Amino acid sequence: MRTSTGPLIAIEPAEPGKWRQDHQSTKGNAHLNAVLSTILKRLGMGFATLFVVSAIIFSSISMLPGDFSEAVLGQAATKETVAAFRKELGLDKPAPVRYFEWVGSVLQGDLGTSFSGRNASGQDRSRKVVDLVMPRLWNTLFLAGVTALIAVPLALFLGLTAALYRNTAYDRIVNAATLTTISTPEFFVAYILILFFASLWPVFPSLANIDASTALGERLYRVALPALTLTLVIVAHMMRMTRAAIINLLASPYIEMARLKGASRSQIILKHALPNAWAPIATVIAFNLAYLVVGVVVVEVVFVYPGVGQLMVDAVTSRDIPVVQACALIFAATYILLNLTADIIGIVTNPRLLHPR
Amino acid sequence: MSEQPDTYTASAEVGAVRKRRSRLERVGLLLKSAPPSAWFGMIVVSLYILVAIFADVLAPYGEAEIHPIPFAPWGGDFFFGTDQIGRDVLTRLIYGARNTMGIALATTFLSFLIGGGLGLVAAINRSWLDQGLSRFVDVLMAIPSLIFALMLLSIFGSTITSLIMIIAVLDSTRVFRLTRAVAVNVAVMDYVEAAKLRGEGLGWIMRREILPNIMPPLVAEFGLRFCFVFLTIAALSFLGVGIQPPTADWGSMVRANASLIQFAKYDITAAITPLLPAAAIALLTVAVNFIVDWFLQKTSGLRE
Repeated sequence: MRTSTGPLIAIEPAEPGKWRQDHQSTKGNAHLNAVLSTILKRLGMGFATLFVVSAIIFSSISMLPGDFSEAVLGQAATKETVAAFRKELGLDKPAPVRYFEWVGSVLQGDLGTSFSGRNASGQDRSRKVVDLVMPRLWNTLFLAGVTALIAVPLALFLGLTAALYRNTAYDRIVNAATLTTISTPEFFVAYILILFFASLWPVFPSLANIDASTALGERLYRVALPALTLTLVIVAHMMRMTRAAIINLLASPYIEMARLKGASRSQIILKHALPNAWAPIATVIAFNLAYLVVGVVVVEVVFVYPGVGQLMVDAVTSRDIPVVQACALIFAATYILLNLTADIIGIVTNPRLLHPR
Repeated sequence: MSEQPDTYTASAEVGAVRKRRSRLERVGLLLKSAPPSAWFGMIVVSLYILVAIFADVLAPYGEAEIHPIPFAPWGGDFFFGTDQIGRDVLTRLIYGARNTMGIALATTFLSFLIGGGLGLVAAINRSWLDQGLSRFVDVLMAIPSLIFALMLLSIFGSTITSLIMIIAVLDSTRVFRLTRAVAVNVAVMDYVEAAKLRGEGLGWIMRREILPNIMPPLVAEFGLRFCFVFLTIAALSFLGVGIQPPTADWGSMVRANASLIQFAKYDITAAITPLLPAAAIALLTVAVNFIVDWFLQKTSGLRE
């Protein structure tokens, strides 16, 4: 990426204002510092957001209506059991203290103890949230990873070719198809795939039940349909935005210059437009991977895939707050970090910041 | 009206009182210029609305009426068969239109009331209030909304009221952003300044000075937000934490009948039953998107 931006900037920057700005500061060091400080600022903002989000997720437990220790332990719970339970949750301490204790234990990998498995007599068969979440987290990351490996290259290819052959039949077909998949709910796509590939022609299993002992090949075979569903959903967005980002750039003067000097269509797209489009494309990819994190919830439930999403839905149904909190924290953190990465890629690949004059 | 001269003069044309087309005429002209995709969208949406309004008349049975045969096949007494506990699928589909669309519409209105109102206030005020609201919205938007909704639902429970409130508040962040962004440009205009100077209150400036000028993007956004809210509610109901039975709803209908898909080889109609409500959701979203696309093109000449 870094080297490919070379020839582009030699022609003309897209915004005249930037030109002047770049011209004034002639020292390369100052520019590197500008890049660094922008990145640091963005990082700081990202972590501040993470902090506030964790505070919101934490405070959700104190928003619970009524005394939920009775709801969890049952009406027959003795006073001692309730008191012990409240003490375990730390409800006898002020909220800020509890928050920092919670953050501290989360950072050490302790996400608390699940509500389920407790009863009135004080017997405690509940499990650690970490033990519930960790194996499922790997499964979810596996599914998301497989999807990303298929979806990202496919979307880039479709987006680039649609931009290259814009306003042709190919472009229109790809556009119409993607618009349709964007407006369909994930579970519709999933069930149609099940209908065709698991029921009418049983090539893939409709249940993606895997466990720790499943071999890699078998795993890939079983996640085929969930991964395909997610791919269909996110490729549409990524492809459309890649196409839009490229076509947007094609209107700028330096592209016209390249066209006038006789560069071919594919050369213009690959050598001139693409380097400048990396920032929006990276944003789109990261945004969609973040969306993947959310879309995974519905798809996991459809295919009974043992991931974090399904765990969270089950926990919401049984109102198992510690598990819900842990899952929400994981999802939110992934989402924020992916968006942060996108912004930083955007800053780092910006040719105007990288090649001072 | 002015008198009609027999001969044409430029001064007469300039001087003549121009007759404004009535609202109805303008709508008629606008509809004539609509592309086929927009027509398709409008027809589909009107059909849905009719079904939702006349659900009581159209539905062959009661909303939660249970018949003795569960999973009855298509045809006969039950056009689309019956579901897992013997409720008529066609009836549930018709009532589902009313419930799902009604709840989605109420949620979207509420989110525009909250988000639009606060966005306008922030755009006019531009002080610490604007800063505070904007940063707060940034933080809320940093959490994926489906995850946030799931978390809040686990706290407040899955009642229809809490569902509407939670999704409306979460969705109003997007409305706030858009309203603030478009209203800021209008709020600096001279006529707004003039209104402020002649002592109009905040409510007047919001409703009479700024709102009419930012209507087109807001209306388009309303369509898109409706689709989004509709899909979110369908997804939540599908997950079993949204609209609860016995209220008929498309999302939960898909989930309840999903097991029928495995019998596709023996009876294709049975396998299609769970797909019907899902298709109903998809069709409405596509239709609304078509209308919004056309509307955006009309109002802003926006392409791509």
